[in-house]
Amino acid sequence: MTLNVSGLYKSYGGRHVLTDIHFGIKSGIILGLVGDNGAGKSTLLKCISGAEQFDHGQITIDGVAHSVITPELSRSIGIAMIYQNLDLCPQQDVITNIFLGQEKTIRIFGQNTPFLNRSHMKYLATEVLNRLGLDVDISQNVSLLSGGQQQRIAIARALISHPKILIMDEPTAALGIRESKKLLDMVRNLKMQGIAIIFVSHKIQDIYDVSDRILMMRQGKIITDLNKNDISLAELHKIMMNEEV
Amino acid sequence: MPREAKISALVLIILCGLGGLCSDVFFTSANLVNILTASATIGILSIGASFVLAAKKLDLSIGSFMALTAIFGATFGHSGTGIIGLTLLCGVVTGLINGVMVGFLKLPSFIVTLAMLGLARGVALVISDGDPIYDLSPSVIYIGQGEIFGVPVPVILFALLAALCGLILNYTKFGIQTLCIGDNENACARAGIKITRHNMILFSLSALLSAVAGLIYMGRVNAADPAAGAGYELLAITAAIIGGTSIFGGKTSIFGTVCGALILSVIQNCLTLLNISAYYQEILIGLILIFAISLEKVKIYPRGMR
Ligand SMILES: Nc1ncnc2c1ncn2[C@@H]1O[C@H](COP(=O)(O)OP(=O)(O)OP(=O)(O)O)[C@@H](O)[C@H]1O
Ligand SMILES: [Mg+2]
Repeated sequence: MTLNVSGLYKSYGGRHVLTDIHFGIKSGIILGLVGDNGAGKSTLLKCISGAEQFDHGQITIDGVAHSVITPELSRSIGIAMIYQNLDLCPQQDVITNIFLGQEKTIRIFGQNTPFLNRSHMKYLATEVLNRLGLDVDISQNVSLLSGGQQQRIAIARALISHPKILIMDEPTAALGIRESKKLLDMVRNLKMQGIAIIFVSHKIQDIYDVSDRILMMRQGKIITDLNKNDISLAELHKIMMNEEV
Repeated sequence: MPREAKISALVLIILCGLGGLCSDVFFTSANLVNILTASATIGILSIGASFVLAAKKLDLSIGSFMALTAIFGATFGHSGTGIIGLTLLCGVVTGLINGVMVGFLKLPSFIVTLAMLGLARGVALVISDGDPIYDLSPSVIYIGQGEIFGVPVPVILFALLAALCGLILNYTKFGIQTLCIGDNENACARAGIKITRHNMILFSLSALLSAVAGLIYMGRVNAADPAAGAGYELLAITAAIIGGTSIFGGKTSIFGTVCGALILSVIQNCLTLLNISAYYQEILIGLILIFAISLEKVKIYPRGMR
């Protein structure tokens, strides 16, 4: 699996938010993405997941160039994204949120029926929540969960689709230290399984720990694209602070 | 099932008790059958309203659609099956028109269906020249007045549709996605749910149910009346809301809605038994709606609610 972004532009009402973005990822690589607030990280990722439409440029996935990406297309390709705002349906229960848009249905003679296969969904949900170390009642309303618990529901939603490309926009923002570490271990694990991962975080330490490559964005442009081995954590810090005007 | 649905069931029981205290006639089987039959049209409309409200939309055109679909069926249908078929077909088509405007054109459902409320009524009046169409086929009359084992056909239709729609809401992908769309439409779109298609189906379902209500009404009075169903949208939405459906989307239950429709029917029945003018009934319905909505509004919303 390869994904290449080339010459991508995006503006909101005449204001350029992304300018001439080029980068690529492939299976088994974790790409860390850092940058100040408002640098355009989330917007870039939303363009890849189809949540936002870009103005110019191409996203080439496994050799096929796309100038438009819809949520359905990205899903069918195997892209899953954990949004910074989590995208939960607050009044629905855990299981409904995990399977949003990818509900399992009962099959008869190899054909899908409109009916939900609740027991199968329950089984899969319990399994993925166990992996995330989250012990909640799956029939509970998600609005009643803590921030970190909600975050892991959003992560569970992405995992349940068995993505080939996993985009994580600040997945550890609401997590405690132990939960963060668990998640980072899992991210490494997913990488071993050959998933391509884009990981956004303001926690430089996390990014440095987990990434193979690190991209830095500033004001809608990519200003640095480095192999992790070519830079130390201290240097990374410096670049981030130094160029701050 | 939302807690509100259970509360409305309780309210219904209490109201029936009060009804019994007010009048000896209340618990006679004839009167109870009356209440059920009277609740069928509103009840069927309110089932559609529940789905639409659950998706955080509004369908104000259902009352007018009752008249339009019936007039259309009675004018162009030449046999019992013809009338019934055309009435239902007209329901699907008018619903799709709403669905296109809300789904494809992304217009607010409130405005679209408010426009349709006037437009559909106008078309019904134009087609019929303002006069009811009398002397319909026996099979249409059967839908409004027939009985199966002593149970009126409207009541049977209401029960069957409630069961079917309850099944759809709770056990199908469509039902669960309806609730999710009402809760967070953007998230659903990003999760790959086809919102446009969903809205088309939603408004078609609502209009199809109004066509069924239109059929029942037409059969009961043995006439397709261009004035039928005026103000019924208010009653149907009220029934859904007192049954625990949220006007903010994301929450409904068919059980609650059925209770809501029965509550309205019981109240109207009691007022009639007590010889209170129908004008006061309208005032009371308005007050009940305001009361039910304020109950929902004052409740502190859980965190995460937009
Ligand atoms: N829907 C929108 N309409 C208009 N402007 C937007 C919209 N979404 C984002 N922006 C603007 O685009 C710029 C980039 O936003 P983006 O959310 O991509 O930043 P970010 O790098 O993810 O920041 P953060 O670290 O705070 O999450 C910001 O200046 C923001 O104001
Ligand atoms: Mg962001």
